[in-house]
This record gives sequence, structure tokens and C-alpha cells, in this order.
Amino acid sequence: MMSVRYLPLWITAALLCLMFGIGGWQFDGFASLIVVSNLFSDNAFLLIVALGMTLVIISGGIDLSVGAVIALSGVAASLLISQYQWHPLLAFALILPVAALFGALMGVLIHVYKLQPFIVTLAGMFLARGLATTLSEESVAIDHSFYDAIAEFGFVLPGGGWVGASTMIFIVLLLLVIVLMHYSRFGTYVYALGGNSQSAELMGVPVARTTIAIYVLSSVLAALAGIVFTFYTFSGYALAGVGMELDAIAAVVIGGTLLTGGSGFVIGTVLGVLLMGVIQTYIIFDGSLSSWWTKIVIGLLLFGFILLQKLLSRRTALTTAARSTAHG
Amino acid sequence: MTTPSLVLELKQVCKHFPGVKALQDVDLRLFAGEVHALLGENGAGKSTLVKVMTGALAKSSGEIYFNSQNCSFASPAAAQQAGISTVYQEVNLLPNLSVAQNLFLGHEPRRFGLIQHQKMQQQAQQLLLRFKLNIDVSAPLAQYSVAVQQLIAIARGVAMSAKVLVLDEPTASLDSSEVQMLFDVMRQLRDQGVAIVFITHFLDQVYQISDRITVLRNGSKVGEYLAADLPRARLIEAMLGKELQQLTHQAATTTPAAAELLLVLNNIAVKGSISGISLTVAQGQAVGLAGLLGSGRTEVCRAVYGVDALSQGEIQFGGRTLRLQQPADAIKAGIALCPEERKTEGIIGPLSIRENIMLALQARRGWWRYLPVKQQQQLAAFYIDKLHIATPDAEKPIEQLSGGNQQKVILARWLAINPQLLILDEPTRGIDIGAHAEILLLIKSLCQQGMSLLVTSSELEELVAFAGKVVVLRDRQKVTELSGDTMTAPHIMQAIAEG
Amino acid sequence: MKQTQSCTDSLQQARLARYSPGSIKASARYLWPLAALMLLLAVNLVLDASFFQLSFQDGRLYGSLIDILNRSAPVALLAIGMSLVIATGGIDLSVGAVMAIAGAVCANLLLQTALPLALVIAAGLATGIAAGLINGTLVSYLKIQPIVATLLLMVAGRGVAQLINQGQIVTFQRPDFAWLGTGSWLGLPLPIWLVIGMFALSQLLLRRTALGLFIEAVGCNATASRYLGINDKAIKLFVYAFAGFCAALAGMISAADIQGSDANNAGLWLELDAILAVVIGGAALSGGRFSLLLSVIGVLIIQSLSTTIIVSGLPAKFNLLIKALVVLLVLLLQSDKFRRQLSSWLPKLRKWRKGGQI
Repeated sequence: MMSVRYLPLWITAALLCLMFGIGGWQFDGFASLIVVSNLFSDNAFLLIVALGMTLVIISGGIDLSVGAVIALSGVAASLLISQYQWHPLLAFALILPVAALFGALMGVLIHVYKLQPFIVTLAGMFLARGLATTLSEESVAIDHSFYDAIAEFGFVLPGGGWVGASTMIFIVLLLLVIVLMHYSRFGTYVYALGGNSQSAELMGVPVARTTIAIYVLSSVLAALAGIVFTFYTFSGYALAGVGMELDAIAAVVIGGTLLTGGSGFVIGTVLGVLLMGVIQTYIIFDGSLSSWWTKIVIGLLLFGFILLQKLLSRRTALTTAARSTAHG
Repeated sequence: MTTPSLVLELKQVCKHFPGVKALQDVDLRLFAGEVHALLGENGAGKSTLVKVMTGALAKSSGEIYFNSQNCSFASPAAAQQAGISTVYQEVNLLPNLSVAQNLFLGHEPRRFGLIQHQKMQQQAQQLLLRFKLNIDVSAPLAQYSVAVQQLIAIARGVAMSAKVLVLDEPTASLDSSEVQMLFDVMRQLRDQGVAIVFITHFLDQVYQISDRITVLRNGSKVGEYLAADLPRARLIEAMLGKELQQLTHQAATTTPAAAELLLVLNNIAVKGSISGISLTVAQGQAVGLAGLLGSGRTEVCRAVYGVDALSQGEIQFGGRTLRLQQPADAIKAGIALCPEERKTEGIIGPLSIRENIMLALQARRGWWRYLPVKQQQQLAAFYIDKLHIATPDAEKPIEQLSGGNQQKVILARWLAINPQLLILDEPTRGIDIGAHAEILLLIKSLCQQGMSLLVTSSELEELVAFAGKVVVLRDRQKVTELSGDTMTAPHIMQAIAEG
Repeated sequence: MKQTQSCTDSLQQARLARYSPGSIKASARYLWPLAALMLLLAVNLVLDASFFQLSFQDGRLYGSLIDILNRSAPVALLAIGMSLVIATGGIDLSVGAVMAIAGAVCANLLLQTALPLALVIAAGLATGIAAGLINGTLVSYLKIQPIVATLLLMVAGRGVAQLINQGQIVTFQRPDFAWLGTGSWLGLPLPIWLVIGMFALSQLLLRRTALGLFIEAVGCNATASRYLGINDKAIKLFVYAFAGFCAALAGMISAADIQGSDANNAGLWLELDAILAVVIGGAALSGGRFSLLLSVIGVLIIQSLSTTIIVSGLPAKFNLLIKALVVLLVLLLQSDKFRRQLSSWLPKLRKWRKGGQI
């Protein structure tokens, strides 16, 4: 019984290993630390966004605004740095609290005004994307010594892989989120809300505070992802991160988190992003496969995982039903 | 025992909902160290009383004294803070969290702000050992049976240092050994001075565990008794109505013996609910289904209507064997159902009275042959007039009507397609007195017009008044069948009580 | 049949009964969206006196109003389908991707085969219906949440469209098909006629039969609907298939408009516009009553808003921002709590103002 909770996680991990094994068997240089470290550094921003999305989805909500928040924070950072000559750290210090405010606003709309997360965050997506385009329609390049330093910051792995600042930031954030979700009351409250928000309220969970904090965290992580994205591209662009929310949601589901909330693991989402990344790498290595297969394969993976979850939940529902009726 | 002290006292508590008086001048006394059974049929006001007591609902008038202090709780959380914990029939815990997390949610032991899982699990283990439960507290709650979940919910209540523990139907889904386990815990708590309110519909259990009994009926208190002084027959009498002895059987519907059988249930069973039930309804006969709540009467109705699939046996209707997959099949055969849960299964709230009346007729005509609006209006006007549905016009959303008028609309819906068999599951439940009488009259007249009826009701005098035969159910099985001279309220009560 | 006999009996009886025509009220819910649209158009008129001017050239009308209508056509078609899906308490995220697939199917058939126009259109529509049936099956028979079920096709659908196009932008030279997107008839661009036609047909299908009522009944209370004999699963299957059909039609218009199929961009994010339009039209995402007219008005509001922004001289980049603010306002106005707060603030505000004046 115990393993049922972890089953989707194991399947994702097994698929990841399998894909990696197939790639390594077929292509030279696939099974190398370079590929692994690239997986992390190329997907660092997606990994960071997906951390926040995991929180939101475990709580039973959804956040469609993250892709637009990435763009907004990227544009804001590059404008402040290039046009207004701010120091990058100062710019980040302004952007993150503003992102927190943005998330809080969505949380208030969802909790206080009982509006659906889907539609609220959709409006948030328009708002953030609209603000980004208003700030600048063109891509804004960043030229700052701090960015050069960031680009050089890191260390080389034995096989030639490179662990850069983005990867390190992600790993620190990952550890923080794991501690938050599994070793703090807040984390338990997030799971509680996703399990059954009415019961949670009856049991004394501070629903308002928790809901708002969840969306604040998601927006702040998305803004951080936007900043990390500028490390990657040395620019900010209002159309960056379009559709990123879908990638993040897909990664969360593939990572074994229930879209209905209440169950899932942050580490699963990381595996989900990596699996999607490995599929992409495989297609690039193969060369003859076209890029659209990524979308189709991810769609099929999603379908498989949703069916799996349906089966698992039906099985547990059946066993509890059988138990409860057998006793009556 | 020393002289018990009064922990909680309710005086003249009233609760009014728009159009319904759910509680009227109810008194309740709760002493420390006793198990107090709160009994009454469905709709008697038990759950409303519990909600008022625990702060989930605000009382309309009256007073509540807790430890001799006048107080009223703003929320269940406030009541819990004061020491009144409630465990509901549906376990209100979080199935996705671990047992330990459920027990300590919001009160986890922490060091440097981090939860100490090990310590929490040890404490949880110790707490549950007091309840003779030795389980893996790190596993999710959903893995455990409802019985264990119930015990865990109680343990959480106790861990919150409860002085009053309200158990709302805790045994509904437990088997007998689990019930005994629960009772052991209840006795233990009682000996520690906790006052326990025990709500159940299993009378055997009432006598096993309770010290004192309060009976509610139609929102009023019938009486408070010591369990030892109250014979079972008198208890049932108190629950179902006092003046039963004086009521005589008005044999209004003597069915000719030669009448053709319309419905034959042949040893039907539904997995996990009713088993081995056989009964017949003749053409133009009204058959009553009697039994306490949970006896299987609603389940029989659902099976005949095609809601739940049969696991055994067959249903014959008009000489043919029915293979029912969904209610639409039953309707096609000529069967209609007025469900007990009017709000969730009967009315379509935001739609108008007109639409609620014409929908069943329309569903049978199919989507293509739309009933012209003018005919819909005529149909609605006809039934609003005929059934005295109190509404300014037919376009009002049905959810704005009172319960009685909603029930009339649902009856109108079925009269419009004139079924051969009409199943009425608790047709008068939660309905104000005026409409109550009207609906009874309507049912009687349907009977006289020759419609076959299958009626469940906890109001025995109603059943006796128009039924040609009463089938008594108990523990999801058929106990006996009464008709003719033996079909009297006392006989039925005896059958319900003793089997 | 005995039963149909008895049915007509009860109808007969009813006909004889006292009959006073009840008032089926045209409810106030048309007021706000219509007022908003009128206000936007009025603002446009103030900003640009020639806003309502129409000119007639080459057998076709030209003017801002025509532009608004023409540009709203694809979203209007999506919104018609989306209204029904939302009425059952569902949502369809895949319609944008379905537009791309239908466009790709038609473009490739036109390019590679010599099929007659009617067959190509039929193939496109069939593609949309098939996609809708997949969504509907997942939702009603496998009981997967609508958001999740349609997310699958939203993600995979664009890949399928690219697969059909082999990653290219497939262009074709078929004036007869291109006419769907660029042609005109009786002075109006064809997309407008297609919307009018689809609207009229849907209205007939939904309101002249019991289908619309069944959809609303299922959306309000699926259990009670099943209990009175409505096949709620079939109804849900139908609405998704219908939404797929509408999406395919929209996809063909946009393919015809550019005489080609761009799998990456065709219908991109239009599902969100369609959902917004339905919500602005006053529909609750939890299901229930629907009005196709209100949804189309919602589409027109969104489109006029963009036009207003252009006409007002504000840079087009403010478009999204203003749209977001309008959407937030509409959402707030739909929240019971906000309306209660508003109605408690208004008298205070009035009192305060009065106090200030005295």
C-alpha cells in the first residue's frame, strides 16, 4: 500500500533512466555528465517555475500567470539595468517584492472573492504580459559586468560538465522548497488545502493566509525564474516564456502530482522536467526526428499519467468503499 | 459515581430557517461522565441541534450554558477551543495526510521552526495506544478503514482536551467488533469524566452504551429518559409518534386479490448494501416500506429505479424482466422516483418551475421533439393550479420555493408522464405542516385513481393510512410483510424493533 | 403505446385548464454586457467621428464596424462552442490546437489532392468533431476533470498539426477555399456570414429543440438530470464534439484567410479569448444557464476594446494591459462578495459626499 503513493514517482524515475539508457546506447556522448549538467542549466528557469507550480497544484489551485511573470521580471530587470543603470542586485531587490505583491493580489481575489484560480490567474497572465509589453516591446539587451561575472561563476565537473550559477540557484531553491513543504507547518497546510479545504478549515488551518502565501510564492519563484532566464539570454523580452505555464503544469503532472490537489512531491516535478528535457535532447541527438514529436510524446505521457492516477485513485476508492460497506 | 456535574445545558433553543422551524424550544442536559444518546428519525432535528451546540449554526433564540456560563460559540473552532469536539459521520479529516499529521495538524512539535516528524510520530503512537490502536502513524489516513479513521478523529478530539465529545453517527460504517472497540474507548473516556453525546439509529447500541436518552421529533424534544428505565418499544414510540395506539387503519385501498402483479422483486441484492429482498406491488396497490434510517429502504428504491446495479436477483415489471442501467431505462418502463434528497437529486435549482415540471416529459419525448413553449406554460399552469403550488408565476426558479412546494413540483413532473409505478422516498420529509397534509391527500388520491405506489416513510401512521401492505426492513434485509388487520402502527414498530 | 397516450392525455388536460401566459422575463443579465458594448462603441465614436461610417466598394462594405465583426469571427465561433461546454460546468482548452489541426488537414488536402471543396470542408469539420469526441469521452466516460482532459489535446494537438504539416507552413492556391476567409457575399465579408450562419443554426438546434434546456439542466444539477431521464453523459459528449466542430470551422477561416496553415500560430491562445468572452458574457464557470448572444457580445466587447485602444491613439502595446484590467473588473463584479461590499460602500460614499457638501 505504501508504495502506491510513490508509484507515479518511481515510474517517472524509471522512464527517465530508460530514456537516458536508450540515448546512451544509441548515441555517443549522450550518457555523459555534460548532457546531465546541460539538462539542469538549460532548464533551470523551467525547474524553478515548476517548483512554484507544484505548490499551487498540490494546494488544489493552478497558476497560469507564471510564463508572463517570467517575461515581466526579465523585461523589468533588463530595463532597470540597461536603461536606468541600476545595479542588478538592486533591480532584483525591487522586482521580487513587486512579484510577491502580484501573487498576493491573485491570492486575495481567489480566497476573498471566491473566484476560480483558473480565471484569476488567466487575468494575471494578461496583466503581467500586458505590463511587460507596455514596458518594452523590443528585446532589451543587458550589458553589465555583474552578468559577465555570473556567467563565469561555477565549476567544472569531472566529465566536462559545467555547474553554473543558474543550476546552483535552482538547487538552493529546491532544498528550500523541500524543507518548506515537508518540515514546516505551512507545507502541511498546503497539502491539507489540497486534500479537502473544508475539512482543513474545520481543523483550524488558516486558509486565507495559506492561500495567499501559495500564490505569493509561485509569483516570486516565477520572477526568480525570469531573472535566471536573463542570465541565460543576457536580455529581457516581453514575449519570453510564452506557454511556459503549460510546460510547468505538464512537468508537475508527469512528476506524479495529482492535478486535483493534495498529493505529490516536489522531487517528482524535478524528475518530470528532466524527463521532458531528456526527450528533447534525444530528439536533438537523433537529428532525423522532428521537434513536434516532443509535444506529441509529452501529450501521450500526460495521458498515460492521468490514466494511471485515475486507476490508482479508483483502486483506493474501491478498497475504502468495499471496506466501509462490508462493515455496514 | 459521585453527583455528576452539569457540563452543558441547552435551554429553550430554537432554530428557524426560512419557512421551516428546525428546532423549537429544545432543552438538553449533559452531565460529566455520561454517554447521552440523542435519538430521532431523519429530520427530527438532531444534526441541527448538534450544529447549534458546536457553533456551526447560530441559534435563533434560547440559551446555552457551558460550565454554568452563558455562551454561544461563533465557530466550530471556537467551540473546540472551549473543549467541545465533534466527530461527524463522514470523517472530517484529511485523507491525504498521514495519521500523525492529522492528529497534530496546527500543533506539530517543532524545533527551530521545523517540524520534528520523529517526535510527532512517537506522540501520535502513544496517543493512539490509549485507544488500543497500534498502527503505522506515518501512513496516509486514507489507507485505514473508516473505523480506524473514526477512532483517529476521536483521538484528535481528545488530544484537544475535550470536555464534551459529540459523536454524530460514528458507528454507521463499522462492523460489530469495531463498534465494540469504539465503545471501549467511549467507556474509558466517560470514566475520565468526558461527557459524550452519541447520535445513532442503531437501537441495540443505544442500550449497550448510553446512560441517558433524549428523543427529538419534528424539531421538538419528546422527552429525556434514563436508558435503564425506557423499554425499547416505548423508545420507538417516542421516536415515531405518541398517539399511534389511537390511530386506526383506514383501509381505504383494499386491493382486489385478483389484481395483476405490476412489480416483482425477486431476491434482489446490491453489492455493499441490500441483500435478498423480495417483494411485490400489484396493479393499483400502494406498498409501504417501513424501517429505521439505514435499514435499506432508500437502497431498495434506488435499485428499482436503476440507480444502483443489481448484484443478484431480478426485477420484473408488468410481466417483463427489466434490465436497468440508468434511471432513463426505468422511466421508459413506466417507473418514476421522487428521491429523498430533494435538493441534490430532485430539483434543478436555477431552472424555473415550468422547466422543472416539463423536463421529465421532455426527456421521454427526446431532445428533438421539443414541447412548444405555450404547451409548457399550459402544463405548468395546470399543475400549479391542481396541486396548489404557491408561487406568483411559473417562471420563478424552483430553488426559491419552500420545501413543500418543491416536492409538489417534483410530483407534478411525474404526473405529467403518468407513470405506472411511482416511488416516493420520504415524500413528506422536511416539509412544513400545511404542505405536508396536502401532499398526503395527493398521494391518497393517486392511490384511489389506481396508480401503483411504493412509499417509504418514517411516519408510520401515514403509511398505515394509505398503504395496502407494509414491508418492514431492518439491517438492509426484509423482516416481514404486514397487511390487513396486522398492519397497524404498533405491529410495524414491533417488527422494526425485534425483527 | 399506452404511455404516450397518457402523456398526451395530461397535455390535453393541461390545455383545458385555466391558462394565463406567464411572463418569460428577458432578464437583466443582458443589460450589463450590452451597456458595456454600447459604452465602448460610444467612446469610439467620440474618439473618431468616422467610426460608424461605412463605405461600399467593389460590392463589399468597408469600415471600422465591419473590421471589428470580421476580426472577431474566429473567436466568436469558438465562443459559441465554449458557451455550451461551460454551461455543463466544463472547459475546453484545446480549441486553439484543434483550429490548427483542422487548418492543417484542409491545407494538405488542398495541396496534395484534387478533392472537391465540399469534401475538403467536410474533412476539416470531421477532424474537429473527432477531436471533440476525444475530449468528451475523457470527460464524460473516463471522468477526467475537463481542465486536465482538454489540456492533453492542447499540448499534443499542436504537435499533431505540425506532424501533418511536416513542420512547414503549408500554403495553397485555391481561390474557392480562400473565399471562406477573404470573400464577401451581399456586401459582408464571408467570415461574418459564417458566424451569423453558425449562430442561427446553433440557436435553432439548441432552442427549437430541447437540447439547450438539457444542457442547462445537466450543468445545474447532473444527478437530478439523470434521475429524471436525461442522458447526462451523452449531453457532455455532445457539447465537446460541438465545440470541436466550431473550432474546426474557425480554423478553416483562419487558414483560408492566410491561404495556408501555420501549425505554430493558428488559433494560438484563442481558447483563452473564447473563455474570457463567455465569462464576460456573464456565464458562471460552474455551469448552468447559457446565452450564445451574450457570449458573442462578450467577443465583440473584447474586439471593440482592442479597436478602441488603437482608435484612441494609445500604442497597441497597451492592448493586453487594458484587456487584463477590464477582465479583472468584470470578474470582481461577478463576485457576490464584491457586489455586497460595493453596495455597502456606495451609501457611505454618498453620505460622505453629502456631508462634504454641507
